[in-house]
Amino acid sequence: MSGQSTYEPKSAITRWMDKRLPVSRLVWDSFVDYPTPRNLNYWWTFGGILSLCLGVQIITGIILAMHYQVGPGAFASVEHIMRDVNYGWMIRYIHANGASMFFVAVYVHMLRGLYYGSYKAPREVLWLLGCVIYLLMMATAFMGYVLPWGQMSFWGAKVITNLFGALPLVGKPITIWLWGGYAVDYPTLNRFFSLHYLLPFMIAGVVILHIWALHVAGQNNPTGVEPKSKADTVAFTPYATVKDGFAMSLFLIMFALFVFYLPNALGHADNYTEANPLKTPPHIVPEWYFLPFYAILRAIPDKLTGVLAMFGAIACLFALPWLDTSKVKSMRYRPQAKLYFVIFIVACVVLGFCGAHAPDDQVIPGLSAFQLLDSNINSFVWLSRIAALYYFAYFLVITPLLGLRETPLAVPESIAAPALSHPAE
Amino acid sequence: MLRKVTVWAAALGVLGALAVTPVIAATTHEEPAKVHWSFEGPFGTFDQQQLQRGLKVYREVCSACHSMNLVSFQALGDPGGPFFEAKYKKSSENPYVKAFAKDFQIDDVDTDTGDKIKRPGTPADHFPAPFANEYAAKASNGGAIPPDMSLLAKAREGGPAYIYSIVSAEGYKAPPAGLTLTPGQHYNIYMPGDLSGAWTGDPNKVPIGGVIAMPPPLADNKVTYDDGTKATQDQEAKDVAAFLYWAAEPKQDQRKQIGLAVMIYLLVFTGLLYAVYRKVWKNESH
Repeated sequence: MSGQSTYEPKSAITRWMDKRLPVSRLVWDSFVDYPTPRNLNYWWTFGGILSLCLGVQIITGIILAMHYQVGPGAFASVEHIMRDVNYGWMIRYIHANGASMFFVAVYVHMLRGLYYGSYKAPREVLWLLGCVIYLLMMATAFMGYVLPWGQMSFWGAKVITNLFGALPLVGKPITIWLWGGYAVDYPTLNRFFSLHYLLPFMIAGVVILHIWALHVAGQNNPTGVEPKSKADTVAFTPYATVKDGFAMSLFLIMFALFVFYLPNALGHADNYTEANPLKTPPHIVPEWYFLPFYAILRAIPDKLTGVLAMFGAIACLFALPWLDTSKVKSMRYRPQAKLYFVIFIVACVVLGFCGAHAPDDQVIPGLSAFQLLDSNINSFVWLSRIAALYYFAYFLVITPLLGLRETPLAVPESIAAPALSHPAE
Repeated sequence: MLRKVTVWAAALGVLGALAVTPVIAATTHEEPAKVHWSFEGPFGTFDQQQLQRGLKVYREVCSACHSMNLVSFQALGDPGGPFFEAKYKKSSENPYVKAFAKDFQIDDVDTDTGDKIKRPGTPADHFPAPFANEYAAKASNGGAIPPDMSLLAKAREGGPAYIYSIVSAEGYKAPPAGLTLTPGQHYNIYMPGDLSGAWTGDPNKVPIGGVIAMPPPLADNKVTYDDGTKATQDQEAKDVAAFLYWAAEPKQDQRKQIGLAVMIYLLVFTGLLYAVYRKVWKNESH
């Protein structure tokens, strides 16, 4: 949508600057004059919310790094932040809960993209960059969780780094390389701290590319029909900025609710016990945002296959633009796809629940069922197998076939056509 | 708009559900007893009298075996703490804190001779640990290390209610016939664990609870409260649990206070933004 620039420098200084480094022009064209579809709903506000999350994490993280000590004093230094640093408790709780908020927002953002077909031409690169950001976020969050050096930090690090050990031939050297030794220890913590500081800036870099790609292709919208005329769009400022601002503020209310009233609700009690390599916690569980992948990993008895399935689950997202055969972008006009999409969300939530439970626990307590292969059918491991099967089928079977077989509803001529059926108040 | 509010409410609901779902349910032990705490809810604050009583229980009973390495004496005089008094701006100048600290002997080094010495504590010192190191702790406690108490109330599922339940009269029970305990082990129904290995009875009726190395620490009149409160075991258990929650989360009062201001600010700000949003979009269809 990068049309002709309408920026006109008003003062002598801005005219001088505009000939040398047109920063104001860039901002004007990207965030003021930039045309956005007039029918964007609240699901489209999560991009702005995500940049807010990234900013909050970077700022609080930089302050935390001023007080955090890597090494044997790591656990105590986090408590020093909680007890002795002015408002340190607030900064740490914002950072720790901020990670969860970041993932809430990114999952909504991704599901929005899935539902409205935002990954389809001409936005494939935009989607791929988003997937890269998501991968970087996962790596950052995982390494950040290790830093307090609590029991769950340590054992989580051990479980996840050991996954690489499942790879044939290169597995063992890779784990030793990741650990910086022969076990998870302070050298591991030290490199994780370094990388945890580096990756957010890489995320910021890819975010810039993501926004660039967005501004080249233009935003998708709930109809999935590309803007055709001026009637289809409104200027980014004030229309999108005020709507994004309102949504961000609502999001901050939820954020603050956790920081000030439920600061430890999303964490695990065991992480308030210092790491002890000799004492394995009874249940090692990752943070909630990794639980679906953890469930996929454990659904498969063979370790290597499990690891491959887990990474495959993310690879599906990368391949999605080429797996979807539908000519229609938005599921608003694809009633069948809508149904499969809802089941997909249910499958993801079910996987999350499975990841939180021990594999052999009963799903329905007290119900005795029969044994199938290695486990009882009434166990979380079987439930996660069913859900994981649907997860993969959704991407690899349903999405490609449905696009060829379904009969979509009539798609509107233009954005303005249905938008104008909700006339101005 | 209503539909959008519903969407947000649903999102909040899902998160709330995530937050309160007891994630791991495999262990079999009694759920911690319901206790009323002064610090419950969004407006609850610490009860200073209770913290002082709990501190006394910690000092006279628990501290014989349990360290509290992360807590400094001056923290006792910070807002919300057991010795806080508004007229002492710095907790290190609080006379109660100073007097309390002075009663402890702290390891130090004589800077003139380099010899190891003991000196009276100052507000900046932390509670000294009862054992020189974890080997000493282990040797004195039949192989079990008494956990550090600085964060105990946050490091256990159930928090202060769990601590209360363990040390209250309801926690320790005579082991049921068929449960073999080794010397130094005690049976407690609130302790998480798996007793199937020590159980010789009906394999479908393994008793709930677990074993704990700590003998029952509290009893009626184990301490004498300065404020005249009757020192029943139940009272002592509640007070020490409340104190340990303070020790783990000393900034709780401050957090909720700031939280209230933040929530009011955000609600007003969000309302204003909504008004602006309506005004801006008034003449645009969408």
